Amino acid sequence: MAKPVENPCVRAYYGVTVSLRGGGATEQNRNCSRRELCVSTLLLQTLMNTFLHATELEMATGELVPTHFPARRAAKVAVHYLNTRHGSPFRVFGLQQVHKATAEKSVFRCSAVVLFSTAQKTPPDVQLQCEDLQQINTTPQEEAFYHRYSTSDSPVSALDIPDSHGNMSQEMEPFWHLAGVSASFIMLRESSENTEFNMAQVASVTQQETSEKQLMLKYHLLLHDFVSQEILHWQLLSSWSPERGVRVLETQFLPKCPQATGPPSSTPDQ
Amino acid sequence: MRLFIAVFVLLVAVHCEELFNGDQVLRIHAESKDHIQVLKELEKDVDSGLDFWTHGFSTERPVDVRVPHASLYAVKDFLKENNISFAVMINNVQELLDRERAEMVSNTEMERNTKSFNFAAYHDLDTIYSFMDTLVASHSNLISKVKIGSTYENRPMYVLKFSTGGENKPAIWIDAGIHAREWVSHASAVWIADRIATDFKENRAPVPDVLSKMDIYLMIVANPDGYVFSHLTVRPFHRLWRKSRSVTSNPNCPGVDLNRNFDAEFSGPGASDDPCAEDYRGPSAHSEIEVTNIVDFILSHGNFKSFMTLHAYSQLLMYPYGYTGSNAPDQPELHDVATQANKALNSWHGTIYKVGSIFHTIEQASGASVDWAYQHGIKYCFAFELRDTGEYGFLLPADQIVSTARETWFALRYIMQYVSDHPY
Repeated sequence: MAKPVENPCVRAYYGVTVSLRGGGATEQNRNCSRRELCVSTLLLQTLMNTFLHATELEMATGELVPTHFPARRAAKVAVHYLNTRHGSPFRVFGLQQVHKATAEKSVFRCSAVVLFSTAQKTPPDVQLQCEDLQQINTTPQEEAFYHRYSTSDSPVSALDIPDSHGNMSQEMEPFWHLAGVSASFIMLRESSENTEFNMAQVASVTQQETSEKQLMLKYHLLLHDFVSQEILHWQLLSSWSPERGVRVLETQFLPKCPQATGPPSSTPDQ
Repeated sequence: MRLFIAVFVLLVAVHCEELFNGDQVLRIHAESKDHIQVLKELEKDVDSGLDFWTHGFSTERPVDVRVPHASLYAVKDFLKENNISFAVMINNVQELLDRERAEMVSNTEMERNTKSFNFAAYHDLDTIYSFMDTLVASHSNLISKVKIGSTYENRPMYVLKFSTGGENKPAIWIDAGIHAREWVSHASAVWIADRIATDFKENRAPVPDVLSKMDIYLMIVANPDGYVFSHLTVRPFHRLWRKSRSVTSNPNCPGVDLNRNFDAEFSGPGASDDPCAEDYRGPSAHSEIEVTNIVDFILSHGNFKSFMTLHAYSQLLMYPYGYTGSNAPDQPELHDVATQANKALNSWHGTIYKVGSIFHTIEQASGASVDWAYQHGIKYCFAFELRDTGEYGFLLPADQIVSTARETWFALRYIMQYVSDHPY
């Protein structure tokens, strides 16, 4: 995954020059387009848990002010990227929220460079270098989960995960994580320096029949953009297996229906 | 960590009193590999009686250690000799344990008195309003319920007034729930209301001292119409509603973002003029009755010294301005207060918040309540974005309500004490 930094990176959004850590990259001869942004050093922490591995990243930046939103938005993009590469039903990454001195955890180091382009409809470029992520072993749970649902007679179908009170059944958690990983593909693609995406909720998940050796899942997802505060509806079809990981096969954006005084008509089942 | 100590105390209390009198907990900052080596040697010395609360030393995070009273001077001298910086985190462990035990006992008592209200759950508007009545009835010497007006759909807007008497004392304002879907803000405010009452009743610092000098006004639901709407069904169309429920110029898109409707650079960047947008500012400043009610109340009171508002999510503790990136005149002081409040917040569960102005921390926003308050001479204005940072977002599991409320309270408590100690 380590790639030499080819993309130029000069001036961050607020005109602060950001230095990169490691890799021998230098700042000279860069000609970034004017509003590109760089973030360095994401510190990865794993919270061990019998059922699930939720991995939190601590963000430390080069010379960007870490409490200011450009750094946070860029870090979030790097998190989306990491999820697309390494997310699974039992492994999802998120920004660090807690410092618990007594929690069991291992610490990983990541470095990330996030480049937003000023060109429209162009996804950000992320280059991520991490320490050995293979240390997080979720294979047994993944195999069991895959086997259970690929051989089951009744396809999974559920609404509103989590529910209004933030709860979900234990059975639904891996599907929630898979949704988050699938959402990361969209969030990564749609991100700009003026967005900050999280997955707000899984409106619905429906398992699809398939002859392939994959779990095939159709999702109606709700993304939240913290900047505009809008809720964005996406339908997508994604596949997952322990060997091939998550692949997003189809995506469709569902625009807000201005004529609705009730729930949008595109919400499936009722 | 708290649970561990509490359980330990219960076991020990049977055999032995005052096990930790005068013991202190030091927070040590190792800044180099040499320091880490020193700490490792210290840890190995079992005769020292040192009780390390943090396992695994690094320069990235502080190391907490309980030091027996008898060893305090020796250990502090030793750290100073080795140039290792530290701070006293807990001044007297036994005192803290006593307080915790008392709190647990009083919590049990409290539940018997206030009909076992379940703070670890989200409640609808009727239940919250009924809780308010119960709280007032249980603490009628301290708390009264003030109606400051009605909403667009004609629901009452209430604020709880905590007062030890006096005429128009300087006051602190706290509101929650101005955005309907941010349920943990209302839920935290409910817990905090109860906590203020309990702390006053049990004479727990700094509440009695603050209330001797100031009144506290706490509005648990600043947007009742929106909150009711967010409970109508479990579907996201209702649950994720943000705005008020007023009719707008677009009959298909009701609702105004109340926190863009205040007269503070109204119609500037950072709000929308499209009624279908989530941050629709409304047709004019104070067009929304909910906002007018708050504005009129605060202006006619005329003696508010602090204005704070609770939102969710992102874990941020912010101060004005939202409408511009220029520093507010009181920025250095506000930043200091927020930083210290943040430390208090972080000290309990380790939750990490970021501190800064709204403009720099979130985004430019116009028509925001804290900007309005600040521009009307209320110096100590803060806006909180509570848990989490996006994992659950608005749908924060109910089992996080109490810990969120508690850490928020530690920040609020710090700010309230500061405000009451710095009259202006």
